[in-house]
Amino acid sequence: MSGAVIEIIQEKGKEKDSDPIVVARAAYEHPLVVRLCHWINTVALFVMVGSGLQIFRAFPSFGAKIPQKDLLHWPKAFAIGGWLGGALQWHLTFMWIYIATGVLYLGYQLFSGNYRQVLFTHRDIPGVWPMVKHYFFFGPKPVVRESYNPLQKQAYTSAIGLGILSVLTGLCIWKPIQFSWLAWMIGGFHYARIWHFAVMWAILFFVLGHLVMVILHGWENFVSMLTGWKKDPEY
Amino acid sequence: MNDQEMSGEKPGVAANDGKTYSGEIDDVEVDDQKDNVKVDDKKVDEANVAEKEIAASAMDEKKFRLVSRRELLKLAPVLALGAFAIPGLQEGLLKKGLGFSDWVSARLFRSEHRATTFENADVAPFDKFPINGYDVDDPGVDLENWKLTVSGAVKKPGRYTLAQVQALPGIRQNTRHVCVEGWDVIGRFGGARLSDFLTMIGADPTAKYITVNCADDYYESLDMATALHPQTLLCYEMYDQPLTREHGAPLRLQAPTKVGYKQAKYLMELKVTHVLDKVGYWEDQGYSWFYGL
Repeated sequence: MSGAVIEIIQEKGKEKDSDPIVVARAAYEHPLVVRLCHWINTVALFVMVGSGLQIFRAFPSFGAKIPQKDLLHWPKAFAIGGWLGGALQWHLTFMWIYIATGVLYLGYQLFSGNYRQVLFTHRDIPGVWPMVKHYFFFGPKPVVRESYNPLQKQAYTSAIGLGILSVLTGLCIWKPIQFSWLAWMIGGFHYARIWHFAVMWAILFFVLGHLVMVILHGWENFVSMLTGWKKDPEY
Repeated sequence: MNDQEMSGEKPGVAANDGKTYSGEIDDVEVDDQKDNVKVDDKKVDEANVAEKEIAASAMDEKKFRLVSRRELLKLAPVLALGAFAIPGLQEGLLKKGLGFSDWVSARLFRSEHRATTFENADVAPFDKFPINGYDVDDPGVDLENWKLTVSGAVKKPGRYTLAQVQALPGIRQNTRHVCVEGWDVIGRFGGARLSDFLTMIGADPTAKYITVNCADDYYESLDMATALHPQTLLCYEMYDQPLTREHGAPLRLQAPTKVGYKQAKYLMELKVTHVLDKVGYWEDQGYSWFYGL
């Protein structure tokens, strides 16, 4: 699914009024709700990870308290909140913003039908291998007729799934008794903390890949997440 | 292919402006007021037309920039998050956020939701149960002459002995102790239901809070719903033995639906109240008040 492709006409170099020169095409790829959710969520995710790591610093282990075996010493400079209580304030405040953008995004995608732009389905499966060959093994670039190729869809769909998991595993830590069935499903309170931590790293792994791809795809692609319009889409 | 030319309407407005994009665009507005703007079907990528029935329109570079800028400005609400970076506002906003979380927590709390109880085999050995005091491990309570001072909205205020607490039906439960720091340990606790004690002292059932003061100057408070929860104990035993001094002898709170710092040790005073005048030691440092699990 892609937006309407429009032509941008440059006035310079035009000989007659009736002879416009098409210099670029552009597509409206990212609706406002998606862009707002993306950027608010970016801030919220940053705060959630930073404060989460500060919370982790209070007990950087997943084992028993006695004897305590620390897993890693995360530097305070890369954490938010200053101390455990401060970090919890950030975490328990921004989780609402994080959840709100997620719910708004998912609701919008579902009801507008825009989810088809990013949702990875069985129809995308045949296109996965050619894209893998192109990305990693210098294969020819497959013809893409949509905003996102199968690998992009797979990545974004996974990211949404991880976002949902981060909320659910967090809920198991925050309310293991009120949502005991949920906590039970992932192995109880003790494992909820491990899952929550693992999901965070998975999200950070996605963010890393996402940033690399944004850089590789260039300026116009980046701008499209700000203005909605993508110049010279490759489809 | 579905072109609609809407001459003269909305000058400077690009396709889709103000409209919700929904995968299949079938209403694209075209501004052809300016003569250098034309709709030209042939210029549209043939593949696009064939494959996706995408409508096409055109606009000049200047308008494209205008539209882009306007769309960018619509992201302004994101900047509202910057309020969290302003030192004067930050503390208040975070307090509000924490307060909102507590408000939701209180609403999520259900008396019939019990903390998981465990088999004896799952209980951590006594020496592996951490001792977490905020000040001293042993505030030197005179166990011989100890009495719990009861006050507030109760019919029978006064000083209660440990024997009076122990005369209430005894409960023993293996539950998880969850520390705010992130560790947890399964322990074995014994005591009387706080709800039974509240009945004994004739506590006003409409009162909202229980506050306690401790021998080490620690203080805490519970919401009435948690105080009345059947697993909330006035705990005088751990591992079937009288509480040791480090674990809060002779009497401590044990509410498995709450985080560790709510389990106040060395209780000296208990008050039933409608208004919370003292919240809690850690709460006053910035921790959550409700912190129900």
